[in-house]
Amino acid sequence: MNADKAIQIRAIHKTYGPVKALENITFDVAPGELFGLIGPDGAGKTSLIRILASLLLADEGEAAIYEWDIVRDYRQIRKHIGYMPGRFSLYQDLSVEENLHFFATLFGTSIEENYDLVKDIYRQLEPFKSRRAGKLSGGMKQKLALCCALIHRPRVLLLDEPTTGVDPVSRKEFWEMLNQIRREGISILVSTPYMDEASLCDRIALIQKGKILGIDTPNGLTSRYERPLWAVRASDTYRLIGDLRTFSNTHTAYPFGDSVHLGLKEATDQAVLYQYLLEKGHESVQIEAIRPDVEDCFMEWMGG
Amino acid sequence: MKTIVYLLQKEFLQIFRHRIMLPLIFVMPIIQLLILAHAADYEVKHIRLVMVDQDNSSLSLRLRDKFDHSPYFDLAANVSTPKEALELIQQGTADLFIEIPVDFGRDLQRSQAVQLQISVDAINGVKAGLAGAYANAIIAEFNQQVWMDWGRFVPASALEIVPSYRFNPSLDYQTFMVPGILVILVTLVGMFLSGMNIVKEKEIGTIEQINVTPIRKYQFIIGKLLPFWIIALVELSFGLVVAKLVFDIPFVGSLGLIYGFAALYLLLVLGMGLFISTITETQQQAMFIAWFFLMIFVLMSGLFTPIESMPNWAQQITRFNPIAYFVEVMRMVLLKGSGWEEVQRHFTIIGGYALMVNGLAVWNYRKTS
Repeated sequence: MNADKAIQIRAIHKTYGPVKALENITFDVAPGELFGLIGPDGAGKTSLIRILASLLLADEGEAAIYEWDIVRDYRQIRKHIGYMPGRFSLYQDLSVEENLHFFATLFGTSIEENYDLVKDIYRQLEPFKSRRAGKLSGGMKQKLALCCALIHRPRVLLLDEPTTGVDPVSRKEFWEMLNQIRREGISILVSTPYMDEASLCDRIALIQKGKILGIDTPNGLTSRYERPLWAVRASDTYRLIGDLRTFSNTHTAYPFGDSVHLGLKEATDQAVLYQYLLEKGHESVQIEAIRPDVEDCFMEWMGG
Repeated sequence: MKTIVYLLQKEFLQIFRHRIMLPLIFVMPIIQLLILAHAADYEVKHIRLVMVDQDNSSLSLRLRDKFDHSPYFDLAANVSTPKEALELIQQGTADLFIEIPVDFGRDLQRSQAVQLQISVDAINGVKAGLAGAYANAIIAEFNQQVWMDWGRFVPASALEIVPSYRFNPSLDYQTFMVPGILVILVTLVGMFLSGMNIVKEKEIGTIEQINVTPIRKYQFIIGKLLPFWIIALVELSFGLVVAKLVFDIPFVGSLGLIYGFAALYLLLVLGMGLFISTITETQQQAMFIAWFFLMIFVLMSGLFTPIESMPNWAQQITRFNPIAYFVEVMRMVLLKGSGWEEVQRHFTIIGGYALMVNGLAVWNYRKTS
């Protein structure tokens, strides 16, 4: 395989009994790229990441990280990847510092040697460095896990839903850290169920039920959305969805924050819908044309 | 090698971080030895005796006094009919009654054969057997004394057998139990703590993170088992000190031989812990399985009941019981002073067993799922 690519995945299949967890997955991640694997729970994200981390064997297909095949060269792989499982997997009864020290020594390095790589993250943890990992907050735990995954200066970082269950402020900080790490030339494959995090990636793959729905830059993906898209608001959102779904020109209608995103079958005048909703008795109706984002794309393509 | 040292460092850090561990390691042997060694005593004392004396002669009174002065019997009541005595046994206030027939004294003086009836509550078989035997012994002694007092020839005991109890002259149960209890202690540490420790990594998920490091399978296993090998040997040493200081157990044989065997034995027990950890996912499951084996091993170890008195099929099963071998070696070496020649067979069997179990465990232990 091509050693210039950070990650290469070719036609990977994985089934668990009758369940197809991954079907014909193929994509590449370039060196220094921040690649997002976006999809809901059960889409197959964790399986794919565990296959790349050499923890799980694929049924078919092959994959490589730089020049190392994930099956044949698993021992090399383990030296050069940093992996953060979805579930917090550090020693809860060891302190922050002890955890970091332990993982550094396992990789034959020390905290001092790669301090510059983790210093921005570790600095936030330093006030708590003698606290046990189990006693940290969710956001702090994730930062520690990231530190431990980075301490041996891996070439590729595999992060399985690192921001799930983390508060919005910590999530934002976490993504800023990923951006910094990428600048060090480390390629990152990160999975997330949060669509709003997609725009923070260089490229994303939308994944659903083991299949890839589309791979592109966030802008590239959204520009492929071709329908007119409106955001509709009214005082009774719940009733609004029902009424929008019976509107003759409606292709898709789903709630999105405090509004309903309405994908139309064909372009039409907003006044037509406005009139329709007034007849249905809706109050304070607002309609505006919007640019689609990744979630709109996901909802559109997962139906087809 | 360096990796193993780091793993050991981390294990010991974690083990001793739990506030309960250090006291437990030192308190456990003391409590087990003090309580078990005193409680697990097969001597039956203070058997509650009821006398049904229908004779009331000077001789029957003499027999009653003899029982009353024995440390094995407490005279609970004197009644006049066997029916009353039986009621006392049914109520649970007496364990045994002796019926002295009318004319007991007269018949005895006339050198006629006299029959005494001993009735024992046999719910607890061991106790009943011993109580009956003690009572017989006392009556036989009484018989002999009476005849001697009268200056007559003693017919019953022309041949007197005087037993000499070797290696434990005073038949001290503690001497017998303490070495065995030490074995259980060492087994507990080896089998439970090691197995649970590995499963804990699985249960908490830390094994995921460990598995993606360059650490090798054998390094991980050694790093996990070695701490408990060390702790168990420390436990043994501590237990031996308590055995010597508190119970004054004779150390006739070589301590080196005991440690050599313990070191080998622990490899086997740790291997069992490792094997249990490979087939379980949670500490609860591991605990359950370990208990299952430990119960069987302990109860069939010859610690409480002699293996020789088990049925043949059970004796065959004990051939696979590691605790039975260690209990035997402990007793042989400590009490009898057996040397390498005598315990060589035990070493070979446990060594082979350890090799087999560890092989199986390592083969079953998969790093990739």
